[in-house]
Amino acid sequence: MTGTTPKKGAAPISEIGSETRLALFRMQLELRLCEKRAYDLFLQNLIKGTSHLSLGQEAIAAGFGVAMRPDDWTFCTYRGHAHTLARGASMTGVLGELMGRECGLLGGKGGSMHLTDVSKGAMGSYAIIGAHLPIAAGAAWSAQYRGTEQVAVCFFGDGTTNIGAFHEALNFSVIWKLPVIFVCENNLYMEYTPISAVTAVEHPAADRAAAYNLERVVIDGNDADEVYRTATKFMNRARQGGGPALIEAMTYRHSGHSRADPAQYRPKGELEQWLERDPIKIYRERLLELGMVEATLRDIEEEVTAQVNEATEAAKASAAPDLAGIHQHVWADGGAAWRN
Amino acid sequence: MAELTYREAVAAGIAQEMARDDRVVFLGEDVAHAGGVFKATVGLLDQFGPLRVRDCPISEQAILGAAMGAAMTGLRPIAEIMFSDFLAVCWDIVANEIAKSRYMTNGQVSVPLVIRTANGGGSRFGAQHSQSVENWAMAIPGIKVVAPAFPADVKGLLAASIRDEDPVLFFEQKSLYSFKGEVPDGEYVDELGKARVLRQGKDCTIVALALMVHRALEAAEILEREHGISCTVVDVRSLVPLDTVTILAEVARTGRLVTIEENPRLCGWGAEIASIIADECFWELDGPIIRITTPHIPLPSADRLEDNTIPSVARIVQEISQRID
Repeated sequence: MTGTTPKKGAAPISEIGSETRLALFRMQLELRLCEKRAYDLFLQNLIKGTSHLSLGQEAIAAGFGVAMRPDDWTFCTYRGHAHTLARGASMTGVLGELMGRECGLLGGKGGSMHLTDVSKGAMGSYAIIGAHLPIAAGAAWSAQYRGTEQVAVCFFGDGTTNIGAFHEALNFSVIWKLPVIFVCENNLYMEYTPISAVTAVEHPAADRAAAYNLERVVIDGNDADEVYRTATKFMNRARQGGGPALIEAMTYRHSGHSRADPAQYRPKGELEQWLERDPIKIYRERLLELGMVEATLRDIEEEVTAQVNEATEAAKASAAPDLAGIHQHVWADGGAAWRN
Repeated sequence: MAELTYREAVAAGIAQEMARDDRVVFLGEDVAHAGGVFKATVGLLDQFGPLRVRDCPISEQAILGAAMGAAMTGLRPIAEIMFSDFLAVCWDIVANEIAKSRYMTNGQVSVPLVIRTANGGGSRFGAQHSQSVENWAMAIPGIKVVAPAFPADVKGLLAASIRDEDPVLFFEQKSLYSFKGEVPDGEYVDELGKARVLRQGKDCTIVALALMVHRALEAAEILEREHGISCTVVDVRSLVPLDTVTILAEVARTGRLVTIEENPRLCGWGAEIASIIADECFWELDGPIIRITTPHIPLPSADRLEDNTIPSVARIVQEISQRID
């Protein structure tokens, strides 16, 4: 523990109130049901291209999403639907983008792997492994330089720990003491290959922390409370000038790497084991143990289901993007002209 | 007007912009305490302090990534990549991240930054510290490409690049760093995307960039004096945006186009200009387009080899005098 006092609307460290717990439950459910809907829409061929689902990993996005200040920044990967939604991006905007519709967050120009909503602090989904770690560090530098106490949070997978940008960004952030939190979502597989088969250490992120003078942090990424507490602790420290953190959150993706991957490389029984530890399942059980009323949870489930249905219909009703957009926004003047 | 070297003009341009806008920050390897390996940024640390002028580890991806993240969130960073060949180390950040983010996010993300880099040959540094790579940058939609030939343009175009809302790759030709020239006093800001006609002739239009502008001017003197060939010389200054209006007009006036390029031949910037001229100015041409380039080889190191690789004044004179009469 850092022993520091939270300020400026940051969450308290020790106790999680029931309002926050319900927010964590609701958010995990939103991420889950929206992602499941994305999968269904694929099967109906309403979503083209590829997509990288984070079914099973919702507790990490939700834990941070609830703990972050509205003006904090998220940088995530191509597996970024949940992280973008967790900052409050519109579900219609996300589903619309996946479906290539006008209402999409990016007007159909980015697609599944680049979801961004700057107005919500969702500063982009990056599809080149490792690239966004230094970019997040740069945002943190900007916050430090301007003295705003904002924090940049950067999510990435276990596979990212073996690319150069990971190491450059960590060293850079530590020497400049930047307010950036690096969150490795270790779902055990880089893509199709087990991360253990291609990595020199057992914990691909945490076991490298010492090389950058950072503490070794491994948490249960399927426990939204643990994620929330960890997020709050390290974000508070970063806001007060304590510098970066590297967190390895253990989790598991229920589906394959991408749309093309049925994940047949997984040992028999592994998925079933992790389904027992489904973050939403365990969180629901915990809320009931803590005395929440079943009807309250059911109401939330019904509300979120309705929300996803509504967003789906709105996205379906949206037109295909206007062709004029092809030549827009290459440059700040709104156009694409490279000559006079 | 004061006489400054090309390298002094770099520092003058940065200092001018840092003094007027505290969002401007500067980072790179050995740029602060050492003042840059080419001494182009001497004095900036003393003038603006360690929060704005920052030394970085040898981490080109981190340098450009940090510059991008800072630019996206309200700063206007200038990042130095020591040698332009090193851009290959961090090309993902340039080509996939900085250049594409505005478009991919439908205009949500803005990346106003400048990447300064020492480009080109003439210093006997060999192929990994001498290549002329402006044509790499020109091939990427979403990034502006500037390459000044004179100290005044260094200051004025650097200031314009820093103020620009779009990312700019700013190529400084390293063998020009000690070249001296008049630079306007006081605040001086030029405009991106404007070529400059340095001399006008009637027989051919030479279009050149950076170091090649100086060789073109020298060659034009010799061609006039010894061969009676009168040349227009256009300094392109900015490849993106490209001032095709000036180039088309000057080619139409003489009926001939010669490009002089330091980049290796294939897909050099002159090929794009040749294509535009062939497309839009064909009937004004009196003869074939001539491209004088570095051959399509990595640059050799030895002075005798390097001097016979990059277009020289003698080679320019020879090729033009043989092919234009």
